[in-house]
Formats: sequence, structure tokens, C-alpha cells
Amino acid sequence: MTMDATRDFTQRRLRLGERAIEAALFLAAAAAIFITVAIAWTLITESLHFFDTVPLSKFLTDTVWSPLFENPRYGIAPLLCGTLLTTLVGLALAVPVGLMVAIYLSEFASPRARETIKPVLELLAAVPTVIYGYFALTVVTPFLRATILPDLPTFNMLSAGLVIGVLIIPYIASLSEDAMRAVPNALREGSFAMGGTRLETAVNVAFPAAISGIAGALILGMSRAVGETMIVAIAGGQQPNFTIDPTESAATVTAYIAQVAIGDVAAGTIEYYSIFAAGFALLLMTLAFNLLAFWLQRRFREEY
Amino acid sequence: MAATQDAEAPATREIANLPLRNLLDRSFIFWGILATVLGLGVLGALVFDLVADGAPKLNLKFLASFPSSSAAEAGILSAWVGSIFVVLTTALISVPLGVMAGVYLEEYAPRNPITSAIEITVNNLAGVPSIIYGLLALSLFIYGIGQGNALFGQTIFTAGLTLSLLILPTIIITARESVRAVPRGIREAAFAVGATKWQATSHHVLPYATPGIFTGVIIALSRAIGETAPLILVGALTFVAFLPFTGPADVGQTYYDMGGNEAVISQGDMLLSWLPWAPGGQGWLSQSFTVLPIQMFNWTSRPEKEFLENAAAAGVVLLVITLALNGVAIWMRARLRRQIRW
Repeated sequence: MTMDATRDFTQRRLRLGERAIEAALFLAAAAAIFITVAIAWTLITESLHFFDTVPLSKFLTDTVWSPLFENPRYGIAPLLCGTLLTTLVGLALAVPVGLMVAIYLSEFASPRARETIKPVLELLAAVPTVIYGYFALTVVTPFLRATILPDLPTFNMLSAGLVIGVLIIPYIASLSEDAMRAVPNALREGSFAMGGTRLETAVNVAFPAAISGIAGALILGMSRAVGETMIVAIAGGQQPNFTIDPTESAATVTAYIAQVAIGDVAAGTIEYYSIFAAGFALLLMTLAFNLLAFWLQRRFREEY
Repeated sequence: MAATQDAEAPATREIANLPLRNLLDRSFIFWGILATVLGLGVLGALVFDLVADGAPKLNLKFLASFPSSSAAEAGILSAWVGSIFVVLTTALISVPLGVMAGVYLEEYAPRNPITSAIEITVNNLAGVPSIIYGLLALSLFIYGIGQGNALFGQTIFTAGLTLSLLILPTIIITARESVRAVPRGIREAAFAVGATKWQATSHHVLPYATPGIFTGVIIALSRAIGETAPLILVGALTFVAFLPFTGPADVGQTYYDMGGNEAVISQGDMLLSWLPWAPGGQGWLSQSFTVLPIQMFNWTSRPEKEFLENAAAAGVVLLVITLALNGVAIWMRARLRRQIRW
């Protein structure tokens, strides 16, 4: 009798302990939801204060962003333009290079070479972005000046964009390579059997079969480029500039936020609210890209 | 017979092109290697440039000096000490939280809408730009719930907390992968001898998953060390001429407290400053701070050329730390892949 009672007691205590642990683990996992809600709530409420003063239509249609001037104007277009231009310059470098690396690693390189090159390439993504900013300012801009663009200003979107491109090469190369390697070998063998060379097989078979994963990789790289702050803050310039010429200097959405934050901004001022409105626009952009990547990967996934 | 001829004609043409096609195929090896070398070359150029610019400044004096308005006198003492304290705080918050969340999602989570909501948010958070976490911290930790609390504000604790939120998705994702890689049989063997779920998880699954989790944690923390943008918003200072704790040499010196009153640093003040938390905001978690990337950013944005040298030297230190951490992680991952054969 006593033994039974003891066992019953320990079991009940065990069960309670197990329950408590499971609850604690659940709370830790639910932190992800709390953080997401907190981000959305903060950006929305602080942005709403901003839109109390600045009408949404002005925010979207005005072509001048000058919140620190005497007659402030709040058109997000110049900042978005800077963000998109640096991103496009980055993609112009990272897409061809990244895809070539991906095709080479997945279709040509020996397993040994692949296992060595991939981690080293991924180190490119581990370099702190403030160092990339320094690199853009002190190496890339002087180099471009000395070679092809003697009139390049000290701060310009071209070198910032190129260095962003370097930063996202490993994302694009690595994720695209994963996608291409997931294509079953039988498809390649079919192409080889028809007399295709490795390059023809890569371009006509492996690449199209992996297109959903590759598109996802490109968009994730793009989303990373859009959110990049330090490179553009250091090397891209501080003045909003509504232009499509990447050799000019211009601020991006992220550079503006950083610029205002450096100057220790007081809560409740319009500058304070403006960085949240800019951040909200940025978040919506990256969110749209991420959802698009997710959808593409789902929609065009080939099941083997 | 005309039909047969037509069918054969293209095939003949293809074979006729064979030398060209083979040439194209071979030449792609060249282009592929060129693209790879370009990527690696940039990494090399970056390291070379930093070392060339910063090497003259890199000495013990630079590591042991506070920032100064004179470039020659300035050093990174407060920056690297600040980085260590901030990363320590980050690790203490994010590692337990991230591993617990990963274990829950892999071992416990039932298939229901709440679980999928958690999974979707984890993946989405991993794609949120780092500066957004800075905005969250500014509004929530500094001006929101943290107002009037010595722990929050522009402190080491806020910085560590912010970076924890930033790297949490990375840690959750790697923890899940490592836990998932442990074969079913290990759990079943534990259950068969009467282990409860938590006993099976903590005694058997987690030990096998630890090396993998550790690799992910190192990579996440190396990211936290190099992160600049969110800390600008959290209010990392650029000119910090003190350490987060008080040294024995400072006892007996006068200082001005928050109210502007003159006070003398006592033995007790020194001891309290070594605690993470102490009443009246005396613990090191409540101190203002700077970190290496912020210090480097500040020097980079100065017009004087001498400060660029300081920035490069700080960059070398930062780069050595992050590349070393990533090297360790790569090495561990390779060793793991060789050693474990289930």
C-alpha cells in the first residue's frame, strides 16, 4: 500500500514538473509572436502620430524629403528612390556573379572544391557591415575615381551599391546552389544521354528545374539589400536626392533613420515620428519581398 | 525518304557544332572560377586594405586607451570592453530562450494554428532588417516600458536585449535543425526504459544536439558583435571614457551623480558596480556604453584622415574576432559531419 502511494505521489509530481517545463518551453517559442506583434504595434502607433501631422497623400506623392529644414516636406519618394537604386546596383553585381558561382559549384566543381569554397564564400556574409562601409568609402570610391569615373563624389550610391552586391553574393550563390543541387540527377542524366554538355545541362535542365528556389534566393538577397544600413550610411551620402543616377550622392530610407538617430532625437518630436514612418515603409517593403519569395518557392516548386 | 533525311539533318548539325559546344562548356569553368575568385578576392582586398591602413595604429596602447579628441591618443578600451559586456548579455538572454523555443517547436509542438503562427513569425523575423529592431527598442525599451527604470534607457541591458531579439530567429532555426538531426531511435530507446518526455529530451536528445546548437550560437553571436545599426538607435555613445565597472583605483575619487551632486566613490560603490544589477542603477547592466562597430563608425564618419586610421585599426580587431568565431563554427560543423554517423 505504502509503495503504491509513493509511486503515485512521485508520478503526480513528475507530471506536474513535465507540465511546467512544457509551459515554459511554449512561452519561449511564443516570444517570436510577441516580438512580431511588438514590432508591428510600435511601428504602426508611432507612424500614426506622424500621419497626424503629415497627411498620407503628401507622404506618398511629395517629391522632397526635408524634415530637418525650416519648411519641412515629407515625401518618402526620394528615400525610396535611393534605396531602390543602391539595391539595383547591388543586384546588377550580385545576380550574375552569384548565379555563375552557383552553377559552377553545383554542376562543375568537385565535391571537395565545393565543400571548401562554400564556407569561405559565406564568410563574406559574416563581415560586419560597418567594415564594408569603410571599404566602400576608402577603397571602392577612390578606385572608381582613378579608373572610370573621375568626377565621382566622395559619397555616392554606386560604390555603396556595389559593396552591398558583394555582401549579398553569398546569399544568392549559396541558396541558388542548394536549389540546383536539389534537382534530381536523373534529369541531368537525361540531358547527358541526349548529348548535352555540362553547360547545356546546367542552363537548359538544372537551372529551369530549380527556378523557384533561385527566384526565392534572389528576392531574399534583394530584401537583405533593401534593409542594409551601415554601408549606405557611411558611403552613400546623407542628403535625400530624387535621382536615377547612381553616381550621385543620396540618402536611403535606412541611412535617414541612422542619421536622425545619431543626433539623439527626443521622443514626441516630428523627427522622432518620421523615422518610424520611414521604418514602417521599409518593413512593408521587405515583408512584401519575403512573402513573394515564399510564394514563388511554393507556387513553382517542382515535386520530384 | 525525305522525312528521314529531315529528321537526321538537325542531329548532324548539332554534332558539327560539337567543338564549339565543348569549348563553351570548358570556358564556363573559367568564368565560374573567375566569379568565385572575384568574391574571395574582395574578401582578400578588404582584409589587406584594413590591415595596411590600421596596422601602424595597432598596439597595446591602442587597446588600452579610451577614445580621445586627438586621433593619436585615442584607443578602443571602452569599445572592446563594451562589446564583451553587450555580447555576454545578449548570449545570456538569447541562448536559453532560443534553445527552449527550438526544442518546443521540434519536440513538443502540436500541429495547430498557434504552432504554425510561431513558425511563420520566426521565419519572417529572420528577414526583418536589423535597424527595425533598433526602432522597436527605441520606442518600447527606452521611451515605453523602460522609462524611469535604471535597467532600460541607453544601457548595456537594452543593447543586449535588442541584439537578443535580433539573433533569436537564427538561434531558434539552428536549434531546431540540430534537434531534428537526432534520430528517432534515441528518443524511443529512452521512452522504452520509462523516461518522460523531458527526461528523454534533456538527457538524450539535447546532449547529441549540443555541438550543432553551439555552432549556430557562435555564428549568431558573431553577428551580434558586428551589428551597428540597431545600437545607433539604442543610443550607444561614441565617446565613452569609462568602463562599465569601477576599478579599485577609482575609489576615493569624486564624481557627479545624476542629480548633479558631488559624491565620492566608496568601496561599496566599487563592489556594487561589479554586480549585473544593483539598486540605484549601480550594476554594470545599467551603464551607458559603446561597442567596437559603433566606435569604428564614428571614426569613419570624421573628416580627419588620422581618424580613418583609427577606424581601420578598430576594424582589424572587429574583423579578427568575427572571422575567428566563424572559422571555429565552420571547423566545428565540418568535424561534426565527419564524426557523427547515425
